[in-house]
Amino acid sequence: MNRGVEEERARIPMSQRPEWADIRPVPQYDGPNPVVPIAYTDEFSETMDYFRAVYLADERSPRALQLTKEAIFLNSGNYTVWQFRRLILDALNVDLHEELHFVDQITKDNSKNYQIWHHRRWVAEKLGTQIASKELEFTREIFSQDAKNYHAWSHRQWVLQALGGWENELAYCDELLEDDIFNNSAWNQRYFVVTRSPLLGGLEVMRDSEVAFAIKAILAKPENESPWRYLHGLYKNDVNSLVNDPRVASVCLDVLLDKRDCVHALNMVLDLLSHHHQPSNELKDAVDAVSPDPKPSDSNFAERVCSILQLVDPIRASYWRWRKTSIPAQD
Amino acid sequence: MAELMTEKHVKYILSVEKKKDDFESVVMEHLRVNGAYWGLTTLDILGKLDAVDQDEVVSWIMQCQHESGGFGGNIGHDPHILYTLSAIQVLALFDKIDVLDVENVANYIASLQNEDGSFSGDMWGEIDTRFSYIAICSLALLHRLDKINVERAVKYIVSCKNLDGGFGCTPGAESHAGQIFCCVGALAITGSLHHVDKDLLGWWLCERQVKSGGLNGRPEKLPDVCYSWWVLSSLIMIDRVHWIDKGKLVNFILDCQDKENGGISDRPDDAVDVFHTYFGVAGLSLLEFPGLKAIDPAYALPVDVGYKKVELNQILTLSNGHGKFCGT
Repeated sequence: MNRGVEEERARIPMSQRPEWADIRPVPQYDGPNPVVPIAYTDEFSETMDYFRAVYLADERSPRALQLTKEAIFLNSGNYTVWQFRRLILDALNVDLHEELHFVDQITKDNSKNYQIWHHRRWVAEKLGTQIASKELEFTREIFSQDAKNYHAWSHRQWVLQALGGWENELAYCDELLEDDIFNNSAWNQRYFVVTRSPLLGGLEVMRDSEVAFAIKAILAKPENESPWRYLHGLYKNDVNSLVNDPRVASVCLDVLLDKRDCVHALNMVLDLLSHHHQPSNELKDAVDAVSPDPKPSDSNFAERVCSILQLVDPIRASYWRWRKTSIPAQD
Repeated sequence: MAELMTEKHVKYILSVEKKKDDFESVVMEHLRVNGAYWGLTTLDILGKLDAVDQDEVVSWIMQCQHESGGFGGNIGHDPHILYTLSAIQVLALFDKIDVLDVENVANYIASLQNEDGSFSGDMWGEIDTRFSYIAICSLALLHRLDKINVERAVKYIVSCKNLDGGFGCTPGAESHAGQIFCCVGALAITGSLHHVDKDLLGWWLCERQVKSGGLNGRPEKLPDVCYSWWVLSSLIMIDRVHWIDKGKLVNFILDCQDKENGGISDRPDDAVDVFHTYFGVAGLSLLEFPGLKAIDPAYALPVDVGYKKVELNQILTLSNGHGKFCGT
């Protein structure tokens, strides 16, 4: 798993290690008639037998600490081992910087493991604000391999709120979105920073520039669902401002004129119409121009948009049919 | 339509942990209780729960319980809310909740609620809306929702609602179908679905369906059979399941079967596991695939399971089984 072949070959069975001579290993008890009997590898068996011995004896010693490390390398999902390790770390008052280094190592191959991230948070919380930038740096490294790792994002958000480090967060979101404009996690983080950073002044202050940012992203890749939702989110609780912001109708028009993938643009047009936006003739023409044949003949423009959406996004035809029924009466 | 390889899946589940030196078996040891829930519920949906010895299962599960009332993932493991729910669900499958000291278990769960209404997974304090769902689902099955502050629990869940109508693991975290299932499920069970913007969330959820017919869990991610459960059950609970193309999803799930050896994988041609086998079969049940027992989208248990005798907050799920697939 986490150890190279060299280490595998070099492993001395526990039963042959003098420092463990006094311990009687405790085998896994699956009950008298195991419901789901398991066949284990020898190494795993032996390590866990010794772990059970020290766990049951509540031995919080350096050798027990080392043993939990071996057990974790064999199965980093075993939460009982992690928990016992924490008890030992506390009892021995171990330098937690070293512990963080261990967690760094083991996360590399197990970046979606809940236990590892939880353990990391426990260590970081104890180390406090001094560790903030290291934690931000670590999650950044994880994102360089997988920019959407949910655990890492959860950790990063916790670090920012508990330990600080907001200064460069919006810039980091810029960076990630430059790498991949489709990264929904980065869009979510952007919203997180804009609404929660103590350094930026909040949504009201940031709205204008963020709208510009979203629109730029939309024009680059109109098939990207994230910036469209982000745009909506910027106008949360104030949909009239969304409807009255000329940039919104304008970006819909631009996308449709370009005849590129237009589902989100049509959806936004529909949203605007549902809030009594008066469409320009240019917009109407652009919408009709992207319609596949046979061109829908609904005389009501909003209904026609729904009909077109049923044609261009057939997998969600039911949804677009429902949208048609919920268009408010025209003024 | 392709065939559901029922016999092969049953065989797969019954034999899965007898494989020698199987890496998957070895690393699943500590979450065996979850595995039991996935395997046994699948068998029940397929009408084959009698293939296992009920008494042995119950006896083993009870040995996973601690003094504190919580259950560990296997014998000898620390208690955690994750395994506590699975244990209760397995007992519910066998209509054996009465073997529990309900007060004891309920107190354990209730002790994990925090000031802000959130729930920790165990004494180590990890907080996640998954645990909110687990606590609420567990206590509802035990008829002891009165043990917690439901209002605050709901308030915390609502604080995790995002601008797209979805929910994350904590306030501000990205919307994710798995977390959405947990939040919507918890709100459904506590009669609090009015907090959900069903149209907005319904749209986000139906946008999870990709060309192949499968569902992903977040924008621009790959489809995975387990989202057939998380997304689908969420859609059913908010009465918007007709917004996805059900036929295409059925075909996607069936394509994820290992037709030779049984079991279902996350996507076509990948290795199978019990987790995805369960979610694939459960998803097909929600889609009313013929020959399967109906499953409750909030409790993730077959609707005919004993707990149904319990009075619970009325939910559209229980009163209509899962059959409320409006043809609109």
